Amino acid sequence: MMTLKQSRRLQSVLLGTLAWAIALLLFFPIFWMLLTSFKTEIDAFATPPQFIFTPTLENYLHIQERSDYFKFAWNSVTISFGATIIGLLLAVPAAYSMAFFETRLTKQTLLWMLSTKMLPAVGVLMPIYLMAKSLGLLDTRLGLIIIYTLINLPIMVWMVYTYFKDIPKDILEAARLDGATTLQEIVRVLLPISKGGLASTALLSLILCWNEAFWSLNLTSSNAAPLTALIASYSSPEGLFWAKLSAVSTLACAPILLFGWISQKQLVRGLSFGAVK
Amino acid sequence: MNATTLKSTAPTSLPNQTHPAHPHRRKSPGWLLVSPSVALLLLWMIVPLGMTVYFSLIRYNLLYPGENDFVGLENFEYFVTDTGFMPGMTNTVLLVGSVLLISVVLGVLISALLEATEFWGRGIVRVLLISPFFIMPTVSALIWKNLIFHPVSGILAAVWKFFGAQPVDWLATHPLLSIILIVSWQWLPFAILILMTAMQSLDQEQKEAARLDGAGPLAIFWHLTLPHLARPIAVVVMIETIFLLSVFAEIFTTTNGGPGFASTNLAYLIYTQALLQFDVGMASAGGLIAVVIANIAAIILVRMLGKNLTDKA
Repeated sequence: MMTLKQSRRLQSVLLGTLAWAIALLLFFPIFWMLLTSFKTEIDAFATPPQFIFTPTLENYLHIQERSDYFKFAWNSVTISFGATIIGLLLAVPAAYSMAFFETRLTKQTLLWMLSTKMLPAVGVLMPIYLMAKSLGLLDTRLGLIIIYTLINLPIMVWMVYTYFKDIPKDILEAARLDGATTLQEIVRVLLPISKGGLASTALLSLILCWNEAFWSLNLTSSNAAPLTALIASYSSPEGLFWAKLSAVSTLACAPILLFGWISQKQLVRGLSFGAVK
Repeated sequence: MNATTLKSTAPTSLPNQTHPAHPHRRKSPGWLLVSPSVALLLLWMIVPLGMTVYFSLIRYNLLYPGENDFVGLENFEYFVTDTGFMPGMTNTVLLVGSVLLISVVLGVLISALLEATEFWGRGIVRVLLISPFFIMPTVSALIWKNLIFHPVSGILAAVWKFFGAQPVDWLATHPLLSIILIVSWQWLPFAILILMTAMQSLDQEQKEAARLDGAGPLAIFWHLTLPHLARPIAVVVMIETIFLLSVFAEIFTTTNGGPGFASTNLAYLIYTQALLQFDVGMASAGGLIAVVIANIAAIILVRMLGKNLTDKA
């Protein structure tokens, strides 16, 4: 006869095993990509797929030669950081005024901002494409920075707003009594308190920009193409470069995967517009 | 004047509501600070949309410049009667519907499993489960296409052979199902991420009390956990719908919408009209149809969830 404690223990082991099995299954494609990136092209294409092989770093060394990896990576970095910084500069003042000087229109404004996300990108593909073309912004980093800033602005305002909402107003009142101006109040009091929240907002924006693959595929060709476009160029059937594809993919995803792991808790709040904390 | 009036603020837009001046109260910077964001988003929304409406009413093909006659609703007629339209609509609905169903149902079950009991390595399991969400769409599409689905050297081919079955050329014979699998793989982790966090905030004492009252695990799940998850599930459905309506890169890098129109969704159909056939007029008509569909979905969703969202925000 099993005791209650034993049966609980058995239950925990069984459920734990099941959870591990599901997690490994879902993670498998990423693991397989990592493994393939260390194979030779012949091993990568072998049937049946090989789990044991002599690892090689050759693919990583050849990435730069084949595709000028650093140019694409640099585009991804400048576009993501550019859009995130401009986004924060716009979102922080807006969220400050909405959180601390709430009017009857604040809720409506927030919901309206969210509703701009409902506008599907394809719906405005032609105008944006033609405007970018006539303004000379086609295939430029600036063009993508502007678009990404606007795409992510509603999410950033929402996210910063929910963080500011949690700050007691008295703290700002105190600064005001000391004669601080609005700018001083934001820079010296508000920003230091909400460092963590702003950091997660920035991380979320970076992740979304880094992985965006509609505008980057449609509006760039060679000059400003970020990593999403570089990877897409591997879909052409000219020869099989699975090991190299895996290596370049691993490099492209690693930083964002790390960001995501570090900030998973805070991301939930941003991604759910503050509805789940 | 007491502390409550000091805390209340005076919106500049409504001067009749302002309280008597107080030496310490700052005049609200209200719209001055909000306006840059609002103005930019307004421009972003109105200018391109206005242009789309205009383009949709004229003949406009980049291959035949100069012929920009007003044609009324002709572009809409052509788009709707195009052979790709019905498959495009059906595929969009199937794609959005199945990915939502898969991610919500499996998301609830998996996060419930994770919260059901303490086990070794739970933190690692969590990290592994949410990882696919952070992989860029073009990477996940190509990894699935080449390393998983490939009929000769893919993992699934090896599994099929192991069981003595004939390997399947997934993207050629089941293109839509394959796309649904790839997209679900990306979005199920999102549902897990949100639902897992939501479950952690469920009152453990309440659960313990229910258990002591003799409620079984299923009863607890049904009467306690699920109602608690209503709001996070609503959030998952809303956010995923926004993104799933415009799935593009996954199709672009794997099937190119084919074979035929078998895996073309509305977004991809419009893309082919616009940037492959250079028919700006027809693409714009299609774009407006996509906007209308998204707005119908949005109205339904905001009705369902809008109040839910702002109540606590």
